[in-house]
Amino acid sequence: MAINEKTSADPVRQSAPACPAQPASADPSQAVLKTTRRDFLKAGGMLSMSSLMGTAALMAQSDDAHAAIEWAEHFQKNYRLMTAEEKAEAKARLERRYSGEYGKEVTVDTTEAQPGVLMGYALNIRKCIGCRRCVHACVAENNQSRGKDRPGEKIEWIQVLRMERGKFEQEKMNHGYPEGLGIQVGGNAYTPAGQVLEGQYHYNPEKVPEEDATYMPIACMQCEKPPCVKVCPVRTTYREPDGVVVIDYNWCIGCRMCMGACPYWARRLNVTNPVLPKEEMNPVTHYLGNRPRMRGVVEKCHWCLQRSRHGRYPACVEVCPVGARKFGNLLDPESEVSKILARKNVFRLKAELNTFPKFFYFYD
Amino acid sequence: MQQLISFTTDYTRYILKGGVKFYAWMASLAVLMVGMMYVFYLQNTDGLIVTGMTSQIHDGLYFANLVFLVGVAAGAVTIVFPAYAYHHEGMHKVAVLGEMLAITAVIMVMMFVFAHMGRPDRLWHMVPPWGIYSFSSMLGWDVMVLNGYLILNAICGFYYLWCKYTGNPINQKWFLPVVYLAIVWALSIHTVTAFLISTMPSRPMWHHSMMPIRFISTAFAAGPALIILVFLIIRKNTKFWIDDSAINLLSTIVTWCLGIAIFLTMSEVVVELYARTEHANGLYYLMFGLHGLTKLVPWFWTSVILMIGSFLFLIFPAYRLNYKVLPILCVTTFAGIWIEKGMGLIVPGFIPTPIGEVTEYYPSFVEVLLTIGIWAFGFFILTILLKGAIGILLGDIKYGGSKAVATK
Repeated sequence: MAINEKTSADPVRQSAPACPAQPASADPSQAVLKTTRRDFLKAGGMLSMSSLMGTAALMAQSDDAHAAIEWAEHFQKNYRLMTAEEKAEAKARLERRYSGEYGKEVTVDTTEAQPGVLMGYALNIRKCIGCRRCVHACVAENNQSRGKDRPGEKIEWIQVLRMERGKFEQEKMNHGYPEGLGIQVGGNAYTPAGQVLEGQYHYNPEKVPEEDATYMPIACMQCEKPPCVKVCPVRTTYREPDGVVVIDYNWCIGCRMCMGACPYWARRLNVTNPVLPKEEMNPVTHYLGNRPRMRGVVEKCHWCLQRSRHGRYPACVEVCPVGARKFGNLLDPESEVSKILARKNVFRLKAELNTFPKFFYFYD
Repeated sequence: MQQLISFTTDYTRYILKGGVKFYAWMASLAVLMVGMMYVFYLQNTDGLIVTGMTSQIHDGLYFANLVFLVGVAAGAVTIVFPAYAYHHEGMHKVAVLGEMLAITAVIMVMMFVFAHMGRPDRLWHMVPPWGIYSFSSMLGWDVMVLNGYLILNAICGFYYLWCKYTGNPINQKWFLPVVYLAIVWALSIHTVTAFLISTMPSRPMWHHSMMPIRFISTAFAAGPALIILVFLIIRKNTKFWIDDSAINLLSTIVTWCLGIAIFLTMSEVVVELYARTEHANGLYYLMFGLHGLTKLVPWFWTSVILMIGSFLFLIFPAYRLNYKVLPILCVTTFAGIWIEKGMGLIVPGFIPTPIGEVTEYYPSFVEVLLTIGIWAFGFFILTILLKGAIGILLGDIKYGGSKAVATK
């Protein structure tokens, strides 16, 4: 059984998450092999747990190898508390499972945050034409569920909100509020502009941009003070040292507190087993990023960790046809994002909530 | 040890014995529980897609019931507090029954937690030393206070029964402090549950400091309303007599806590709708509908009618003290609060979403069946616990008297 093989070192002494400079190594010789009595007891405890929790999962699986991997996945630790050795194990296990499931060589990257990097994003709302190529590129890159049969099977992390331009009309001038009740307390020289109605981000015009609309793309803001992280009861979602808020999908219990706490509606729940056709699956994945998720867990934008940690732009930045999206290192004064912050008119969404997003909007 | 074994066997033997009525009741509950297990299986193979919940409205009927039942659990303190703090004689006799109700309600809350979670198989991630306990998460605190309340009530309740059974005197030195702790703890469980949702600025409908007191006042109306019903059923169907004084005190508590709850609701309506900012959209959706979506409107007005109607009758002693009318008023109070605090509070919190999207939620068949199943399970446990407790209080189960019971 996988539990017995695991001779874990004390996660506190190892302290993998605290040092971003140390790359997660797949080399087993680097791992410290030490079994204390406490670890043994822990493993014993896990074992008794296993008989309770996993039996049903095992019985439901017909494929033996597949079942064994899922079985082992059930008992892995929170990613942040894993030793380098355990991370390598988890990585190898996932690569085996995904490669089998999707019929191609799938890699699961575990590259850690680089020192001296704080990722930031800036979006020129003046330029956005509402074509939603970013949405589609994101879905393709990040292995989102894309089923069409049931509404919950389709997940998109980026929402491009279509906002109608309000206008003032001569004939409404003398209408007031409240209507027909004597002295008015207000006029009608307004139109409720910017109100987002149901399904409004599912607009489907023949041509963009539309004359009477403006567009406001939103996704996870990667807050510096993320409310979602604070409410997570199992600490499965957390801020990485390079500023990105990530989720360990294998540790998420699906309680959805984070979804309630997010003021930007950035998080999505996998209400069913994700629909991800083999041929469309992106095999270049990151453990904390775009690896395929499972039923019942929460997911969200992570600025394409599988790309950005290797010096590439996120897919949405790369695909944007008007160059409205900018991405870079906030700590580097020469980066595009830093220059925008220094020179342009910049605002954050819902700044009054003190979440301090690292996603900025600007206009020329 | 010898006493413990005979306690267990006597207790079990007593609760297994019963008339046709008892078995029919238990069997029909069991049928509902089988249904519950089937839909729970569906939900954990196909996923939460079989419910009405979406990424927009991701807490629904389960969470609503969870919140409500935490209130019922806390409501048990309306028996224990007068019994021990005011030495109310009629209450003191039945305090243990309140504790049994609290145990049941907390177990039901935990069942609803299981139903609500996307990955119930990973619940152990919350439990140290295998998992992680997060002190910054209100849900973590909620789980802690709920489990603490369960343990405290189990200790108080079963220690009391144990002493009655063996005839030993109760050790007041530690028993009373634990009882008082449980009383304070009851307030904590509902306060923390209120904090669970009121600490999210992203959901303006819940984000106000009135939430804990509103939770507690509704809990102290719905909880005792259920207890009165249970007491009246016990009086009718068993030899155990519950004093009028106990029931009358409970109905007084129901009346005034319901009054406070109505007052708080109306205050909220005035505060929110006078200025009518976008933050009032949730309440507006609940009361009148938003953008033509009105599924919750009938629920809200039903609840208003039930609550205000019950209150208007309850304030007159002629109705409150009439045990033919009182059960009806208890049912209407209970139903009104169940709507107001359940679906009426949880669902509109998500409408509109933080980015302004207006969608609707309605529980699916799976959710309804699972909810009914958990309630059936709750009544199943409650019947067992109350039957055992009453048996001991009546002296039907007594140490050394087991044979007499068995041959009866």
